Amino acid sequence: MSRRPALGVILSFAFAFILAACGKEAPPPPAPKAEAPKPPPEITVKIGQASPLTGPQAHLGKDNDNGARLAIEEMNAKGLMIAGAKVKFELMSEDDQADPKTGTIVAQKMVDAKVAGVIGHLNSGTTIPASKIYNDAGIPQVSPSATNPKYTEQGYKGAFRVMANDVQQGKVLGEYAVKTGAKRIAIIDDRTAYGQGLADEFEKAAKAGGANVVGREFTSDKATDFRSILTSVKAKKPDLVFYGGMDGQAGPMAAQMKSLGIKARFLGGDGAQSAEFIKLAGPAAEGVIASSPGLPLDKMPGSKGFTEKFTSKYGPIQIYAPYAYDATMTLIEAMVKADSVVPAKYLPVLAKITRQGVTGPVAFDEKGDLRNSPITLYVVKEGKWDALETVGGEAAASAAAPAPAPDKK
Amino acid sequence: MTGDWEKLKRDPRFVWPAFIALALLLLALPFVADWALGRAWVRIAAFVLLYVMLALGLNIVVGYAGLLDLGYVAFFAVGAYFYALLASPHFGVHLPFWLLLPLGAAVACVFGVLLGAPTLRLRGDYLAIVTLGFGEIIRIFLVNLNAPVNITNGPQGVNLIDPIRLGDFSLAQAHAFLGISFPTVYNYYYLFLALTLFVIFVSMRLEHSRIGRAWVAIREDEVAAAAMGINTRNVKLLAFAMGASFGGVSGGLFAGFQGFVSPESFTIIESIMILCMVVLGGMGHIPGVILGVVLLVILPEALRYLGPLQQWLIGRVLADPADLRLLVFGLALILVMLLRPSGMWPSQVRRRELSATGNPARNGPTSVRDAGE
Amino acid sequence: MDIFLQQLINGVVLGAIYALVALGYTMVYGILGLINFAHGEVVMIGALVALTVIQLLVGSGIALPGPAIAALGLLVAMPVCMALGYAIERVAYRPLRGAPRLAPLITAIGVSILLQNVAMIVWGRQYHSFPALLPATPHQIGGATLNDLQIFIVLLAAAVMAALLAIVHRTRLGRAMRATAQNPEVAGLMGVNINTVISITFVIGSALAAVAGVMISAYYGVAHYFMGFMLGLKAFTAAVLGGIGNIAGAMLGGLLLGVIESLGAGYIGPLTGGFLGSHYQDVFAFLVLILVLVFRPSGLLGERVAERS
Repeated sequence: MSRRPALGVILSFAFAFILAACGKEAPPPPAPKAEAPKPPPEITVKIGQASPLTGPQAHLGKDNDNGARLAIEEMNAKGLMIAGAKVKFELMSEDDQADPKTGTIVAQKMVDAKVAGVIGHLNSGTTIPASKIYNDAGIPQVSPSATNPKYTEQGYKGAFRVMANDVQQGKVLGEYAVKTGAKRIAIIDDRTAYGQGLADEFEKAAKAGGANVVGREFTSDKATDFRSILTSVKAKKPDLVFYGGMDGQAGPMAAQMKSLGIKARFLGGDGAQSAEFIKLAGPAAEGVIASSPGLPLDKMPGSKGFTEKFTSKYGPIQIYAPYAYDATMTLIEAMVKADSVVPAKYLPVLAKITRQGVTGPVAFDEKGDLRNSPITLYVVKEGKWDALETVGGEAAASAAAPAPAPDKK
Repeated sequence: MTGDWEKLKRDPRFVWPAFIALALLLLALPFVADWALGRAWVRIAAFVLLYVMLALGLNIVVGYAGLLDLGYVAFFAVGAYFYALLASPHFGVHLPFWLLLPLGAAVACVFGVLLGAPTLRLRGDYLAIVTLGFGEIIRIFLVNLNAPVNITNGPQGVNLIDPIRLGDFSLAQAHAFLGISFPTVYNYYYLFLALTLFVIFVSMRLEHSRIGRAWVAIREDEVAAAAMGINTRNVKLLAFAMGASFGGVSGGLFAGFQGFVSPESFTIIESIMILCMVVLGGMGHIPGVILGVVLLVILPEALRYLGPLQQWLIGRVLADPADLRLLVFGLALILVMLLRPSGMWPSQVRRRELSATGNPARNGPTSVRDAGE
Repeated sequence: MDIFLQQLINGVVLGAIYALVALGYTMVYGILGLINFAHGEVVMIGALVALTVIQLLVGSGIALPGPAIAALGLLVAMPVCMALGYAIERVAYRPLRGAPRLAPLITAIGVSILLQNVAMIVWGRQYHSFPALLPATPHQIGGATLNDLQIFIVLLAAAVMAALLAIVHRTRLGRAMRATAQNPEVAGLMGVNINTVISITFVIGSALAAVAGVMISAYYGVAHYFMGFMLGLKAFTAAVLGGIGNIAGAMLGGLLLGVIESLGAGYIGPLTGGFLGSHYQDVFAFLVLILVLVFRPSGLLGERVAERS
């Protein structure tokens, strides 16, 4: 398979369908669908999506669900042909309640329903036990948001993610902190797999860069009061405070930092890089820096429209919708390229895919992690996230970037 | 009707065929469920069995001894982590299942006594809050014991836990037996079934033992029980220890079954759900507790079909099933309790105690406080 | 020293918030001996209803001072919560008054799940930012910061406690409440309409929940459909610490829990030489609770409750 970016493929397919009924797909594998030359048969392909749709993280779960939904609606509108059949994708979205046990039940349900691939799960804690079940059934799984490095270290061939893992992102953030002159750093995490993982990697990178970690404080992902830990932080006189956790806590935390008179800079990961954060932090959001894997959404060819499309349909993006969208698109593109919806057939294609997603280039390394994915840092300026700089990703970006240019013209 | 049932229960002409039919049903269940509903339901059935063990453990504490425990999941967690840490690459230790399970039960037992000892003087809701605190303390330690020395691996959880293996027979592989293929989930189902039956047996024997009667005596009136010569301290500790050991066993099974444990499986909500199973089914009554478990584990899963159901009934999905699922679940909790305040299938003995005859004090509004304290 | 003072202030304000919620728990418990698990969710509904009103007012462009808008939000949230509290008691608790003690606990959990999910459908799953309407001018005291809103919250909690104490000990209604708490049957015989008394208790408790909800959301700037759960648990813990059923005890327990958590978060690290950190603040709080209960099995001010039950 040649390395073609998504849009090129999609556009060319769209054109192909409009102009000549089923031009390019005509030479299909001879065996099953050979009898369908004139009216192309329609097949329904189920794609699973699992995330918490109830409970405290339901807003994020629904966001993933919507991202995948949008991708599937767009692909259905295109009327894709795979193996000579008109393909209608159907999203099977299940609530895993962010509970590992429910996660495995949901995974088994997906397997039972013979989904062609799975988008999810949202949390690392559900993704890891579920991946065992998908692996046993040979179903590829692309998580839009699980960041625990262990997920892809289990040796499962079908386990992918379109999100930088904790190690990748924590490193970039730690190096950035040191580079911008942070000498005394305080670190807070929310004691979730995500927050703690990110904070630990950040700490490693910051220490390696020569910064002094003056305090390590902890909260929970359900907390709203951070004044006592922030008071301890204040006593240590840091010049930068890093928070590993989600926006629901990061917002109030930034606000409380301000009210306690802490002047240190506030730095967060992708969990904090949301519109929600700015609303929750209020005036304290100004100047806060947070990272997000991938390239800036509004600066990329092909992803300009995404925000508008998504927002007009489902309301504001929480955090991971673009990644869920990309995960779904990647999965479908692999099916199209392999000309098969059979997991065993398109999985090798998926593993080698290189495409331009709305969040950045998507290409997997041998484990299933993003290969050299860029990570962008954003700063809040006048109540909006502004791209500050993009770190890393040269290799993948250069491999993918030249390609779209000719296709676009 | 209940009278007939009592009579029927003692009639061998009914009991044996019913027993055999039930046994066959339980043995055939994975095949039937897989064929009719999908393999996810075999997994759900396995979880039902796991929760039966848990609920019967809590039933000893809450149902028999009348001690309201809101932190029961702690023992489940202890059992699960004990197995996970000693049978995974985390420490590089891989102890066999047959050793870990009883040891896990014993460790949970010790934790049960540790919890029980300081709470002996507490009653009712004070006990509830202390047990709740205990459950949270255990969870917080699991979350945080990754530094300075990494014991539990913190929030990241323990992964790649060894599947349960009996000698050379690994449950994590499909086996063929008499020409029938048994996938992984089936193997776990049968193992859980065997252990559940054992737990039910132990529970039944305990209920009618001297200790069981002592528990009930304490539940009904602690002062009177002490006056009758029951050593309330030891008997209460025994209740905590026994209940905890059941939790430890199911925890170990859970870890082996899932292959991954992390602290988020052991939240207070889990404790509350197990308590709901016990109370909703019928405290202190084994068949009732089992019924409660079956209902509360299956209901949220069954409610996933709300979407397809709407499709079938009115042709389109009006309300998102994800929105409705837990809402209906909450509603069901309320309705069942309103319709059957002593549980869906309460024990005969307890029902007699609560009936209008006899003790008038238990009949009036005061009994809200009096019963069980 | 300034750090210690700041931690103390943090703790007292947090404690006042716990106390506001705990007062609602303890009112109901004092009369019925029932843990109203759904109380935290009533707080949440109060916050979200007020938020909706406030957003409408802010959006309509009517120029009102911030506190007035917040007060209007509260004015709508209070009757909604009162009606809700009345309905909860009527539907989920009253039919079970003669039932085994744990039955109403389960319906309470059911109501709690139900309300959470209703709120999730009505207000959506996301966090809502609560506009900063109340003045939060910071003051410096000995190197520590304290703002107007924090002072107001502590005073409000104290005022609410005083008002409740006055109602319970100085009014006819209060006498009826105490009579009902001691022995509903005899109270009934003495001409107390215990159903009305219990309903009124729930209504008052729910009105307090609305106040607590608005204050908490305004203070933290956040409202979310899941906010009631942890808050409820903490407040319940506070009420038990102080001696559940005792109004002054709820206040004391709340303040104490807040201060313990705050000092715990601030000083566990230094005290253990960095071996344990602020992640053990809840462990610390629960250990204090267990210790208190070991020595005073009915909570700090709980003697009268123990006698009564």
